Amino acid sequence: MYSSNAAVYVGGLGVVTAIGNNKAECLASLEAGKAGIAGITLLDTIHKNTLPVAEVKLSNQELERRTGLRAHTSRTALLSVLAAREALEDAGISSASEWRMGFISANSVGGMDKTENFFPGFLANANSGHLRSVVNHECGAVTEIAADALRIQHFVSTISTACSSGANSIFFGARMIRHGLLDIAVAGGTDALTKFTLNGFNTLQILDKEWCMPFDEERRGLNLGEGAGYVVLMSEKVMQSLGKQPYCKLTGWANANDAHHQTASSPEGAGSFAAMKGALDMSGLAAADISYINLHGTGTQNNDISEGTAIQRLFSAPYPLMSSTKSFTGHTLGASGGVEAVFSALSVQQNLVYPNLRLHTPIQALPFAATTEFSRAHTVHHVLSNSFGFGGNCSSLIFSKS
Amino acid sequence: MKAYIRSAAIVAPQDGSAGTPLLRQVLTYTGNRLTCAEPDYNQFIDPRAIRRMSRIIKMGTAAAMQCLQLADVQMPGAITMGTAYGCLEDTGVFMKRMVEQHEEMLTPTSFIQSTHNTISAQIALQLQCHAYNNTFVHRGFSFESALLDAKMLLEEGQKQVLTGAADEITPYSFSILQRFGLYKTDPGNNIDLYNRPGKGTMAGEGAAFFLLDSSDHPGNYAIVDGLHTFYKPAGIETIWENITQFLAANELQPGDIDLLVTGRNGDAAGDKIYAEMQEAIFPEQVAIGFKFLCGEYPTASAFALWMAARILKEQQLPAVFGVTQPASLRRVLIYNHYEQIHHSLMLLRAC
Repeated sequence: MYSSNAAVYVGGLGVVTAIGNNKAECLASLEAGKAGIAGITLLDTIHKNTLPVAEVKLSNQELERRTGLRAHTSRTALLSVLAAREALEDAGISSASEWRMGFISANSVGGMDKTENFFPGFLANANSGHLRSVVNHECGAVTEIAADALRIQHFVSTISTACSSGANSIFFGARMIRHGLLDIAVAGGTDALTKFTLNGFNTLQILDKEWCMPFDEERRGLNLGEGAGYVVLMSEKVMQSLGKQPYCKLTGWANANDAHHQTASSPEGAGSFAAMKGALDMSGLAAADISYINLHGTGTQNNDISEGTAIQRLFSAPYPLMSSTKSFTGHTLGASGGVEAVFSALSVQQNLVYPNLRLHTPIQALPFAATTEFSRAHTVHHVLSNSFGFGGNCSSLIFSKS
Repeated sequence: MKAYIRSAAIVAPQDGSAGTPLLRQVLTYTGNRLTCAEPDYNQFIDPRAIRRMSRIIKMGTAAAMQCLQLADVQMPGAITMGTAYGCLEDTGVFMKRMVEQHEEMLTPTSFIQSTHNTISAQIALQLQCHAYNNTFVHRGFSFESALLDAKMLLEEGQKQVLTGAADEITPYSFSILQRFGLYKTDPGNNIDLYNRPGKGTMAGEGAAFFLLDSSDHPGNYAIVDGLHTFYKPAGIETIWENITQFLAANELQPGDIDLLVTGRNGDAAGDKIYAEMQEAIFPEQVAIGFKFLCGEYPTASAFALWMAARILKEQQLPAVFGVTQPASLRRVLIYNHYEQIHHSLMLLRAC
């Protein structure tokens, strides 16, 4: 039965990004102000020396060793297993538990990293190429590799709504708990860098040839990143039985559509405004209750002013602290909602505010600026995490002290 | 909270016109591939937008728009959909150019439209719908996840949710899936698909959309009473268990089911599961298949839901099934599995 106010706890976290292979390493980099952006080493591409990216600092072979997955597994799945396993272990849940457990994962291009190696040979001769390279092309196939590795069987699903995918997976898991369909949901997202995505974003002319500068007047575009991030969501009953302190609660979420353009955001940020407002309404909070906003903040001209305008419309001075951790991790696309949920949960639990790197001149049209300092000095009651994607898909999550 | 199907529309290898009785004229295909009978898209989509859309975007958007037209609803409260493969044609175009042009002089259109949520986004854009919008991409569970989301949204207070699915076959995907051994190699006809059991099935594709409504309206097609999915069941006993528990959870006995719709696709190994289930649990029930009409694809269960909803609305079992119509057509159970991995149950009731 559906219970609209049932508590949803965050009981475990796992993450891998260019700034660390787990949450401790990521936190250390966030505190040290150390970005993970550098030249391309993993992809065989003509953009190697011109477009910086944020790669996870582990080779596929090293990831295979750490996860125990077989050779030729899509990097998207390798990253997923590494982070999701950390989250489950962190939560203290064994896969053999009697709880109804679900795995809801997001990604944007599935096993494309393997498909794009298969394609040149296939185009030349339709009978050539190893089928093992395309067997996991589908987004859902990547999720199943991870679900099987984690031995989660009760419920599996995959969401793909571009850059809001990870956030959508998280609230979908939370809703299944509120509907009494799951006791535990491991939810988040994963994406590996691919030539397909790199070239795609390059055609849109929104990739920064230097390190990205989110929410800066002089911002030039985004840097692509890769990684995975998962939260373990659980019902009150599970939390009590585990007998430990959760990180926080997930108290609000909303998804809304910009309905403006397939890739560009509306100038007034219609979708992002509605997503933030909807999440506030669900959690029963006023805008002034938000301590910190983990911005979508990609660093493109269009995205940042649209998000900033929506924030300006919804909030008033004194504005909450805010920053884009994409200045560290790059834009991890389908993973970003998951990665930033992990950062947001840690922020609430440990009263952390992360810096927005390389901010020199705040956007002049906005009455606020992103914060540039790492801080433990503020009590963080509620964090708003934004994820906005292609197709006008806008999602916001709110994490609150438990 | 009841989930009424207020309207349903398809773009599929069969004609889904609402004005003529269900499957009065059945389209036949020879070979191992069924392709969509595409409508005149100008009836449903802004002609300026049509030019830029690939085939699956047109199929999905047209099915969604037709569904809303049939319900006489302008603006749904939410949109959810499933697609296992997403926009394959655009993916293939961008990939081919990337390879052949060595990553140079590429244009963005096919990349933009390759994104998995392009169809649901285009529907929102056409409608100027700012509401909740979500896309599920989990193989044989893609449509079921979208339907689950829609049902949860109704429970949460939404009045009307547009939900559906779309998948396309392209020359690339067909060629690759054929190498995996999914399709039959002998040239046959879709109408006698079940008379030539062996290895493989016929490839299919299609789009189907439904307007789910939380309240009763004259002309509603059916009620979706239950939905259950199970993943990689350990064996036949686990399958039986899931089916009987699902019925029990809905306070039903096997005998309460008037019509069974199964996902038989002509592949002997996969069809054995349906035959054994029927014998073990539903020995008295009239059973029909649907994949001989639409082919096999991961979101084919959406076609089954459309078909079952029309049967309940029209209270008539079309002649093409070659079975005697049961005395009562009140409850329909759809059982489908995709590649024996993704199993789903959908329970429908007449209004």
